[in-house]
Amino acid sequence: MSAVTRKNRDGRTRARLSSGKAGSLLRLVFSLAITFFGLLLVTFLIGRVLPIDPVLAAVGDRAPQAVYDRVREEMGLNLPLWQQFFIYISNILQGDFGRSVLTSNPVLEDIKRVFPATLELATIATIIGVILGIPAGVFAAINKGKWPDHVVRVIGLAGYSMPIFWLGLMGLLVFYMKLDWVAGPGRLDAFYVDFIEPTTGLMLVDTLIEGDMDLFWNAVSHIILPASILAYFSLAYIARMTRSFMLEQLSQEYILTARVKGISEHRIIWRHALGNVMVPLVTVIALSYANLLEGSVLTEIIFAWPGLGLYITNSLLNADMNAVLGGTVVVGAVFISVNMLSDVLYRFLDPRARR
Amino acid sequence: MSSETLLTVKNLEVTFNTPKGKVHAVRGVSFDLGRERLGIVGESGSGKSQTGRAILGLTAANGTIRAEKMQFRDVDLANLKPKQWRKVRGARISMIMQDPKYSLNPVMTIGDQIIEAYREHHKVNAKEARLRALEMLEAVKIRDPERVFNAYPHETSGGMGQRVMIAMMLIPDPELIIADEPTSALDVTVQLQVMAILDDLVRDRGMALIFISHDLQLISSFCDRVLVMYQGHVVEELRASELHNAKHPYTKGLLNCLPKMDGDHSDLPTLEREASWAEG
Repeated sequence: MSAVTRKNRDGRTRARLSSGKAGSLLRLVFSLAITFFGLLLVTFLIGRVLPIDPVLAAVGDRAPQAVYDRVREEMGLNLPLWQQFFIYISNILQGDFGRSVLTSNPVLEDIKRVFPATLELATIATIIGVILGIPAGVFAAINKGKWPDHVVRVIGLAGYSMPIFWLGLMGLLVFYMKLDWVAGPGRLDAFYVDFIEPTTGLMLVDTLIEGDMDLFWNAVSHIILPASILAYFSLAYIARMTRSFMLEQLSQEYILTARVKGISEHRIIWRHALGNVMVPLVTVIALSYANLLEGSVLTEIIFAWPGLGLYITNSLLNADMNAVLGGTVVVGAVFISVNMLSDVLYRFLDPRARR
Repeated sequence: MSSETLLTVKNLEVTFNTPKGKVHAVRGVSFDLGRERLGIVGESGSGKSQTGRAILGLTAANGTIRAEKMQFRDVDLANLKPKQWRKVRGARISMIMQDPKYSLNPVMTIGDQIIEAYREHHKVNAKEARLRALEMLEAVKIRDPERVFNAYPHETSGGMGQRVMIAMMLIPDPELIIADEPTSALDVTVQLQVMAILDDLVRDRGMALIFISHDLQLISSFCDRVLVMYQGHVVEELRASELHNAKHPYTKGLLNCLPKMDGDHSDLPTLEREASWAEG
């Protein structure tokens, strides 16, 4: 009798659990849709509010009034605002971001070309930042108040306060010109540029796909300096947050439990405490990654890196509204997806958040 | 109880450096422990928990432990290096912590945490450790060990969490268990169940127990002998069965504060303290 009831109860819990999972997936999709809708609304309104006349930008300021009016009608700018917004959304959902005035390519094509460059740079920078930043933060935390803690703090602060253009120029001067350890600006040596067919647009991946190790190492020597300089910033931030999360966890009761069990200090820190530190840290890492994915304009200018930041800035300076808004939508979408990814990871790392 | 001495503590002192100056938490505690169940009772701040932690060398970083003698069987606890401590902790002396809500790692499964305690001191493969852990969960009267083994701490109730704690701390088969307020965080109805499980296991395996609590009734029903602590001193030591014959006014005061089911129902007396007790 009791076995039967227990089975029933278990069956019910399982059913509730699975509906909970489907429910949370549904909720996720719903909140994504809402956020994306909000993003589109904001970019659309920015486009209409900005004191830049897209008609004027297209026809030039010497066009006669009749031409101006006709183009205005062609662009749909005489329609009521809500209709314009509807058209805007349906265009974007079909992947039509309009044409860039500056490059005369469809904006989406331009972004497909420039985004991988930024993605590659940001990803490498974040990987470096995580690989160095977490151990640095842990090291500082377990030596709190002693010299390793101060060293990490000073290095971090320096990284945080130095202007990136200066750091970039100095990096080029020292590691490229004087020491010749790394390659200069650009994603590949000029000599190699035509050798590579963009498949993914990620230079490191494309060269590997073609199996050309010379090209691969050339791409590595090009990306390593700008990526390290961007990484310095995220490293400083990640190390600082790791330190404070670590200190908080090390004072928790379960750490004392682990000590009572006779566990090694090494395992206590890297398994017990870090397992808990990773939960809030994943959000920190995701946010700093998302920031880098926006494209770091200064770094891209100094290293002649044809990325998203450079593209959006150029378009902005040339009043190329389609390109600016398209770029903004992409940046927003990237932010949303990185946030969602960190949510998923959060659930993976913290069993309490799995419901 | 055999007369063999497991642990001798002589003149134990624990002091903390705090921003407000030195705090003497334990001021010269001495006792001998055989294979018995010793209760340490006292109000909060009496130094009972710090006595327990000092035996494991786990005083917080800003504290110092000094003792004329702290001998556990063949081990001189007063002069141990970190590496030697790790051979004592868990394997020979273990401690049951107060609140399973905080004392279990929230992101590790219960099974992993128990296995970890076992494998730290016994060289066995993962499969065997798992079997031992499941056995141990059964020994603390958990009905479906498999489920609890794979569960995370937040998925268990307080009573179950504390049984998991007992399983985890007893699995390496230590000789001495220190239970620091093991039931204070639990409901009254669950308290007795958990204490009974702990008591059974300690007796079955011939372990010694130091039971730290402020609960005189629990102490008197689960211990052989009682140390009464006040402000870092042991003010009285007596057999648990003789608790009602306590001589020291502090112990009497504590006893008087217990509500009685029968007899008069007037207000309970407030505990009165005298400065001279702290000079012991």
